[in-house]
Amino acid sequence: MRFRAKIVDLACVNHFSRIINTIARLAKTCILRLTVFKLYFILSDKVANGGASMWCELSQGNFFDEFQMEGVAAEHNEIYLELVPENLSRALKTAQNAKAVKIKLTNKHCPCLRVAVELPSLSSSNRIVTHDIPVGVIPRRMWNDFREPSVPDFDVSIYLPALKTMKSVVERMKNLSNFIVIEANLSGEMNLKIETDLVSVTTHFKDLGNPPWASEDGCQSSAQGRDLESMAEACIDIKKLQQLLAGQQVNPTKALCNIVRKRIVHFILLHEEVSLQYFIPAIA
Amino acid sequence: LSRIGDELYLEPTESGLSLRAVNSSRSAFASFLFAPLFFQLYEPGGAGPDTELFRCKVHMKSFLGVFRSLPSLEKSVGKCLILLKPRASRLVLQLHCKYGVTKTHNLAFQECERLQAVFDTQSCASRLCAPARVLAEAVVHFPLTLAEVTLGTGPGGKISLRNYVEDEAEPSKTMVTELWLAEDEFQSVAVAPGSHITFCLKEFRGLLGFAEASNLPLTIHFDEPGRPVVFTLDDTVLEVHLVLATLSDLNSNSQSPSTNGVSHLPVPSDDFADDLESYMAAMETSEGGSGGPPSPTF
Repeated sequence: MRFRAKIVDLACVNHFSRIINTIARLAKTCILRLTVFKLYFILSDKVANGGASMWCELSQGNFFDEFQMEGVAAEHNEIYLELVPENLSRALKTAQNAKAVKIKLTNKHCPCLRVAVELPSLSSSNRIVTHDIPVGVIPRRMWNDFREPSVPDFDVSIYLPALKTMKSVVERMKNLSNFIVIEANLSGEMNLKIETDLVSVTTHFKDLGNPPWASEDGCQSSAQGRDLESMAEACIDIKKLQQLLAGQQVNPTKALCNIVRKRIVHFILLHEEVSLQYFIPAIA
Repeated sequence: LSRIGDELYLEPTESGLSLRAVNSSRSAFASFLFAPLFFQLYEPGGAGPDTELFRCKVHMKSFLGVFRSLPSLEKSVGKCLILLKPRASRLVLQLHCKYGVTKTHNLAFQECERLQAVFDTQSCASRLCAPARVLAEAVVHFPLTLAEVTLGTGPGGKISLRNYVEDEAEPSKTMVTELWLAEDEFQSVAVAPGSHITFCLKEFRGLLGFAEASNLPLTIHFDEPGRPVVFTLDDTVLEVHLVLATLSDLNSNSQSPSTNGVSHLPVPSDDFADDLESYMAAMETSEGGSGGPPSPTF
């Protein structure tokens, strides 16, 4: 089992770093899955995570100049590692002016991801900063716990409003309540609502548009028979929503959410090189 | 000085005004000696050659409160008078400002013993001197919450800084960061090979901030683990010393260089050619220190 990768382009380093910063806001610990072509950051919906789960996928070719991975076995050419993304975020923070960043899986006393940052310096040789991030190797028998979650059978799918606007609304609402209700319909309307003993606040968005999901076996086409005005709602932990929005450092190409009434809200944020799915369960 | 202690010790001497501070656990001490030439007027006092010059200490916060906002001070204050009135038990700080305004602050003080750390930079086995900027750029890679850092020497004259991981902390859970500086980044390097010391980062950052702002090179004098590390800044009118206790090697025989989770032992080479790999593989450290060196006394 071997992993070694290198980034020499500063823009790629910073882009990768921004993605890791987003992940670090969403998960204290997560799984990094390495395959020949892709990297995945996975958070499974355990109780410890408050039931929220995450699936983030990026193509290594868009970031790394060198990428060499040998999985646990020939038929299972993948590596699953458990790590604290905040550590990786901190390590990459030092790479803002780097000439090169090398990442390597090592096992000196315990398995570590060694991030070596080559920094420019006025002296003849470069400065090298290494960060040894402890990781846990996930055995193959547990890989099934981390499969890609399927898109739920949603009631409504809708594009999100401008994330910056949504973020500032949610941040203010967070001061008033611990829970927020997201509701939306198939006419491009979405409401964000909070209600406490003293006050209730609702923010209305309209003309958002509903994404056209291809009906595979006709199951989604039931939307045609549905009332376009009726709202599907779910009450979720406001902090989780705020963390998702606050972690977005760049505007996504597409941002949408799927609501299963009273069950779960499934957020999909798509950028050119990375896709992020985040599931927040509804509070009973 | 306020990063170190809550009390400011003032000691006027013939060679200048010395401002000092020490922390509560007596593991950090700093002194700033301003030469008489630094001041427009300097009268250390003392009626005769046998009279001891008066020493006192004041609350750090009270003293700092007088100089609260530096930018506005620079605009409005023309002169500052510091006057020690032993009989009135007051330290007077008088700011002469624009438009004929005078602000007088009377601070209560306490008499005190002479505060002096016991150290001798001449007897230190190792010495490094670098521009403050280089050290500040090195320290920035460590989180602000990090308590202790280990400064070490490696082959090729390289100097390393590494975050210190306590023995109680699980090595498999803590991230280890290490930075290597080349010898030519320093103005002078005279170190005992294989030496290393571990000291508190907080007070060091404080001094670095001052050194950077004054654009002065910083000299680090150190010896065996357990003996104090002394940081000095020198200027024509200012002499600064920061003395920090260092961790002693408790079990130097059983302690391998890999205690902090970062091994410098050669790695078995694999098929991939890698500059970093061979660089790390070439490093070896030797065991340092023996027995239990005396802890620093203040």
